Amino acid sequence: MKTHYGIYGGQYVAETLMAPLKELEAAYESAKADPAFRREFEEILREYVGRESPITVAKRLTEHLGGAKIVLKREDLNHTGAHKVNNTIGQALLARRMGKRRLIAETGAGMHGVATATVAALFGMPCEVYMGALDVERQAPNVERMKMLGATVHAVTEGSATLKDAMNEALRDWVANCDDTFYVIGTVAGPAPYPEMVRDFQSVIGVEARRQCLERFGRLPDEAIACVGGGSNAMGLFAGFVDDADVRLVGVEAGGKGIATGEHAASINGGRLGVLHGSKTMLLQTDDGNVIDTYSVSAGLDYPGVGPEHCYLHDIGRAEYSVITDDEAIAAFDALCRFEGIIPALESSHAIAEAIKRAPKMPKDSIILVNLSGRGDKDMENVKRYKESHK
Amino acid sequence: MKNRIKNAFAKAKKESRGAFVAYLTMGYPTLEASEAAADALAEGGADVLELGVPFSDPFADGGVIRSAAYRALENGVALKDVIALAKRLRTRHPQTGIVLFSYYNPVFSMGLERFADAAADAGIDAVLSVDLPYEEREELLAVLRPRDIGYVPLIAPNTPIERVGDSADGVGDSFLYVVTVKGTTGARTELPSDLSARLEAIRAVSPIPVAAGFGISTRAQADVVSRHADGYIVGSALVRRLGEAGELKGEMLP
Repeated sequence: MKTHYGIYGGQYVAETLMAPLKELEAAYESAKADPAFRREFEEILREYVGRESPITVAKRLTEHLGGAKIVLKREDLNHTGAHKVNNTIGQALLARRMGKRRLIAETGAGMHGVATATVAALFGMPCEVYMGALDVERQAPNVERMKMLGATVHAVTEGSATLKDAMNEALRDWVANCDDTFYVIGTVAGPAPYPEMVRDFQSVIGVEARRQCLERFGRLPDEAIACVGGGSNAMGLFAGFVDDADVRLVGVEAGGKGIATGEHAASINGGRLGVLHGSKTMLLQTDDGNVIDTYSVSAGLDYPGVGPEHCYLHDIGRAEYSVITDDEAIAAFDALCRFEGIIPALESSHAIAEAIKRAPKMPKDSIILVNLSGRGDKDMENVKRYKESHK
Repeated sequence: MKNRIKNAFAKAKKESRGAFVAYLTMGYPTLEASEAAADALAEGGADVLELGVPFSDPFADGGVIRSAAYRALENGVALKDVIALAKRLRTRHPQTGIVLFSYYNPVFSMGLERFADAAADAGIDAVLSVDLPYEEREELLAVLRPRDIGYVPLIAPNTPIERVGDSADGVGDSFLYVVTVKGTTGARTELPSDLSARLEAIRAVSPIPVAAGFGISTRAQADVVSRHADGYIVGSALVRRLGEAGELKGEMLP
């Protein structure tokens, strides 16, 4: 199994986790080769998640911008309201296959926590979710959803009390309980095999979108754009197009108040090489190698590292990574609401904002595919508060 | 070759006791207090000192060491300060083994060559990185070896015995750090019942001394471990006592 992407990735974990990681690698290899596993995964995606998710031409937004056609991949229409569930179903199936009885997860915005709590209920497994105490406050509706689904939510108060600290606590739980516990990581970060495994489970996004573009437009998009925190929805989208050299892949990092202010979460654009949570990756850190508290209006992008394969795609020039600020993301959020009747997640609004920047400079017969990774119901309060404080 | 760690274990063996390996988080409760405590330990019988480097994301540690790390960071203590402190300790304690104990990112972030030069200059005998398993450690070992600095591998309760030999291979002047329990650092009232057999099995295949740590806080636990290993490591218990009393004295040692 591939553990590194160029100089990135790897398994930088405590020795106690090496045995469970090797067990996981072996189980995943065997599951991948088993058609029954694939069949069950696809059946649940179809009958429970409601896949495939459609693509939608954003007609009025496209007309308004007067350039490239903007096409949305509608992961917001999945059960639970985001792409996260594609991955949690895959990992829960694997957990069951491995005989693990208990699921744990970290969550930032709460979408991955909700998606894990959902599959735990579906599979009848106990579930504990670690969430930074700040995020528990920022994303209260998702905390309620997780509880309603039967999960226990632990508010993590130490460190910066955000996603990275939640992940630290989940790792501590896993180290102590790895015999019977499966750690469901929500993004393409963490030690191998997680980055590859999560990408594979999310690749359904890109594989579907590619086919849908060919069916609907008779051609591939010119650009495929997705937001990048850890980077799972982007990796899922890119997976469908990475071999199509003519399709430009664009990841969008959270610029927060702007890279120059230092208050952002743009690891590739503003970080330097480091090691956190099991992988070598671009990392937001101090000169002394301590991890910096990140900032973004979008809790789901608020992570100081990024998936190792993104760093690699960036290095080899296969994907480019741009930055969208809070203000630009909020403006894109509004635009999609008003022009298309779709309330996007603040995370996905970063990708929309990038498309809004690019579309007017591109010819009308070109196509930009944007991954609308989640819906924005969870963000209503935040957007309201943001606008009130930025009048 | 200085072989201070090897000699420290040999000396303990000659005295028919387990070597005492003492961990402290440097910078806690203050840099000065942690330095004074390290002096007290070296003078009070510690054979090897483990100098803990505070890190923002101590995911392998229990509550005591985490709190200490956060406090040390608030005190502005970083890897370079711990290396400078090690150099001062080295001049005062020429025989004591000194291990730099860190998460990998601070070390990697400094630049491996630069780190290794500084560690060699400080007279550090070996480095232990919590999150740098066998599969990933070669890049660090490659800069430590030419400077005669050892590397301390961790052996977990679920590490297959076949892996122990590989882990102990090519690490220079060092010992195996056998983690007694699955979980994070911190005192446990009871050690696992199969620990003695596990330690004997590891000792049988290890070319370097074997010391056990995680959960050891009392003299009685240290004695039990010393019957089946070459040494014992005490960390959280020392950090807690130092935090409570502000200093470490001989009678506080296990």
